[in-house]
Amino acid sequence: MNPTFNPLTGYLLVAALLFAIGLAGALTRRNAILVLIGIELMLNAANLNLIAFWRYGPHPEALTGMMFAIFSIAVAAAEAAVGLGLVIQIHRHAHTTDLDAMNRMKG
Amino acid sequence: MQDTISFAPQLGTSSIAQMLWLIPAVPILASGVIALLKQPRRRTASTLAIGSLAFSLLLSLIAFGHVLSGWMSGHAVRETVNFTWFQFGSTNVDLGWVLDPLSAVMLVMVTFVGLLIFIYSTGYMAHDENYMRFFNFLSLFAGAMLGVVIANSLLLLFMCWELVGLTSYLLIGFWYQKPSAAAAAKKAFLTTRVGDVFFLLGIVWLFAQTGTLLFYFNGAGSMESHALTGLLVQRSGFGMSAATVIALLIFAGAAGKSGQFPLHVWLPDAMEGPTPVSALIHAATMVAAGVYLIARVYPLMQAGMPAGGTTTALTVVTWVGAFTALFAALIAVAQNDIKRILAYSTVSQLGYMMAGLGMGGVAVGMFHLITHAFFKALLFMGAGSVIHGCHEEQDIRRMGGLRKHMKVTFATYAIGMLALCGFPLLFSGFWSKDGILEASQHFSASRGPFYMLVFGAFLTAFYMMRQVSYVFFGEYRGHAHPHESPRSMTTPLAILAFFAIALGAIGTPAWPWFRSFQTNTEAVFGFKGFNEPGLGLLMLTSSLVVLLGLGVGWLLYGNKSPAAEEPDVLERAVPWAWDALRDRLYVDEFYGMTVIAFYGWWARVADWLDRRVWGGAVALVAWVFGLFANLNRFLDASVVDGTFDKGCEEISTGGGLLSRMQSGRAQTYLRMLALAVVVLAAILIWGSKIWSSRP
Amino acid sequence: MSVVFYIIAALSVAGALAAVLLKNTVHCALALTVAFAGLALMFLELDAQFAGFAQILVYIGAVAILVVFAILLTRGSETPKDGVYSHSPWVGLVLAAGVFAVLGWAVLHSASFLPHETTQPTVTVMDIGNALMNRYVLPLEIVALLLTAALIGAVIVAMHDKATQDGPTSDKEGAR
Repeated sequence: MNPTFNPLTGYLLVAALLFAIGLAGALTRRNAILVLIGIELMLNAANLNLIAFWRYGPHPEALTGMMFAIFSIAVAAAEAAVGLGLVIQIHRHAHTTDLDAMNRMKG
Repeated sequence: MQDTISFAPQLGTSSIAQMLWLIPAVPILASGVIALLKQPRRRTASTLAIGSLAFSLLLSLIAFGHVLSGWMSGHAVRETVNFTWFQFGSTNVDLGWVLDPLSAVMLVMVTFVGLLIFIYSTGYMAHDENYMRFFNFLSLFAGAMLGVVIANSLLLLFMCWELVGLTSYLLIGFWYQKPSAAAAAKKAFLTTRVGDVFFLLGIVWLFAQTGTLLFYFNGAGSMESHALTGLLVQRSGFGMSAATVIALLIFAGAAGKSGQFPLHVWLPDAMEGPTPVSALIHAATMVAAGVYLIARVYPLMQAGMPAGGTTTALTVVTWVGAFTALFAALIAVAQNDIKRILAYSTVSQLGYMMAGLGMGGVAVGMFHLITHAFFKALLFMGAGSVIHGCHEEQDIRRMGGLRKHMKVTFATYAIGMLALCGFPLLFSGFWSKDGILEASQHFSASRGPFYMLVFGAFLTAFYMMRQVSYVFFGEYRGHAHPHESPRSMTTPLAILAFFAIALGAIGTPAWPWFRSFQTNTEAVFGFKGFNEPGLGLLMLTSSLVVLLGLGVGWLLYGNKSPAAEEPDVLERAVPWAWDALRDRLYVDEFYGMTVIAFYGWWARVADWLDRRVWGGAVALVAWVFGLFANLNRFLDASVVDGTFDKGCEEISTGGGLLSRMQSGRAQTYLRMLALAVVVLAAILIWGSKIWSSRP
Repeated sequence: MSVVFYIIAALSVAGALAAVLLKNTVHCALALTVAFAGLALMFLELDAQFAGFAQILVYIGAVAILVVFAILLTRGSETPKDGVYSHSPWVGLVLAAGVFAVLGWAVLHSASFLPHETTQPTVTVMDIGNALMNRYVLPLEIVALLLTAALIGAVIVAMHDKATQDGPTSDKEGAR
């Protein structure tokens, strides 16, 4: 481990960990909604990264990181809404949310 | 004795000379019209033909009268009408016609005899279904022959010459369904062609040397003194002057047409044609064309003649003529076909004419030509009458005693026969033949022709007596019922018989009108003409020879009627000679072995070359191309197509393999994405400067 | 690093793990909420108050609820027959581990180059408002448009099809 331990490093590691967990969830769970949960986690980890860099980077008064994060939150919310709406609609047609069962694109 | 003719330069042309071209043109026109007529108009055809020739006869008589009046008033008439047909470069191609004593008498003879034969044909060919075609060709022939007579231009002469040859071919092969007739026509054409090749060479050379095609052209023609002296000076490669070589070349052409040895072989075979054809073409006119040609170019033949001597050209002409006369007469003795005897007789008499031209000049030869035309036509037509009366029988051994059945025919035939033999004093043949014998007596080069001609006269009398005895005397040995021929056939016979006698009057030494007419001297009637030295002895000799021949003939054949299968008297006596003579002294066989065999061999070689060598080369090229084509096809199909097909197969297989990667599951895709991102990130991070600049 | 940071980090990570690992989907959604809360606290720790409160408002207050609604509407509370994990989950785990390895490696090895500002920024809401209206007005408007479109889209997507839809009937309750 590096002797000059940077607080930013900690935040970044946490963010990386959260991202990996979210990815693992998206890739391994059967339920479509849990995939979306994983995606939300990933987005949050990216937000954390942004805020951390804003805090410890030069010129925090420019608010770049903060704005980025806020817009990211807004977009993530919109995306979650639409995605969940799609899952609900799929459930109505196929009576399941099992991703493994949805393979009509099989080549 | 040679004659020299001098004519005054032409001043103007009379109207008849201007219209002279109508004489050949009208029969040719009639021929064209007949050709276009629809089938069943036989009367029209013969009327057209006879009418056109009668018109030509009328014009010829007017022309003759014009020339005669000119002669009587002492001015020689030689009028020419010339015009340029076309020019190429600086050379003029001229055509033209001439009216002089030579052409005048020939015109009258041809049209008159032709007209009589035309009338005769209406009776002879009455039952033939190709009546119209016959008159079509006859008319065409008459026009062409008249064209030869009046031609003043070498080109016009040659064109009409060839046309005469063509119509002869058409008429000999008139009954073309008979293979022998077709073969005879072909033989006639090809044999005369051989002569014509030399003739053409002579024409071309003459034209090249003299620069003009015209015979008489106000001093610039090729038969006039200026051109002739130029030709004499010119030396050719054979050591002879150009004049001699050209004269010999032209004589070769005349020899072909007039059946001189060795180009005589076509004439006897030409008897396959209908009898009027034989009478007109092969007795009176076409075969006489050769003699006429020599007479026309006589200034060339006698150019450079020393006084009292003779030229090389004329010597050759004489010897060929004399030899032919004797040769043909010998063969005629052993023939059994009535027309074939007459054919060989014609060959023999043509030899006489040529010899006469060679030794005695234009007048001597032409007089015999004129008289021969009349009595030979008479004899042929009489033979036709006999054949017709015996229902198409032509072998004399199957005839006999016909003088009882066919009186008119017999009488006229007898007159003709005596004229041919040269029976003394009464008949024209005697005077004309005597003229030739007299000239041969004075021939400076040799006395050989004289003896040959005398012996020939003996043979002539002999074989004619033999023929007449076989046909008209004794008992009838045939199987048909002989009858007299219709009036349309016997009337011309009578007319010709009259002339066979009467024409003698214009050639006797008492009144040598013919010679004077030709030579533009005055004709004096008087018996002092008989006072020429040696003439009386000659007349006596020839008379004796004739009577001897007739006597021997009568002795052997007269009033006996041997059966058809019995061998001839002479055959029993000298079988080897008889067989040789009957087989025509093997001339045809000789040609067959040499010339014809050679051509057959050559044709086979050419055929082999064509099929094997040239054809093989072509086939080889084709085979090579085929090889290339096959190679191309193979390459295209297997290499190009195969490669392409293989490639496509591989692509589709690959595509099939790749498509199996699509599981259709979203998570699989996500995993792929994640993996790709990892890899990319790794590359970016580890490839970046942060890593590389780490201490 | 301060103790607060570790606690908050542990909270977030635990919540995330629970969200991904639990069998019951509703429990997963609630654990997600905990993870969101942890993250909001971390924002506050990082002196991004506005972002933290926005996180609470939006994520916990809207997204998490939405997720719960969706789970309930799709009968996610029932345990599926074939298990909760999809085919070959190890591949996914390996990949995630790989991603973490790469990211962690990159962070740790670039630690000395990272910026480190210790001065605390003072950010007022007025500053944020100013920034939104001046510098970031275009993204603001676009996001507004985006939200509108998402709103309409979600409504349309999730709407009942009157013609073809069975409707949420009671006789289908036991079908799964």
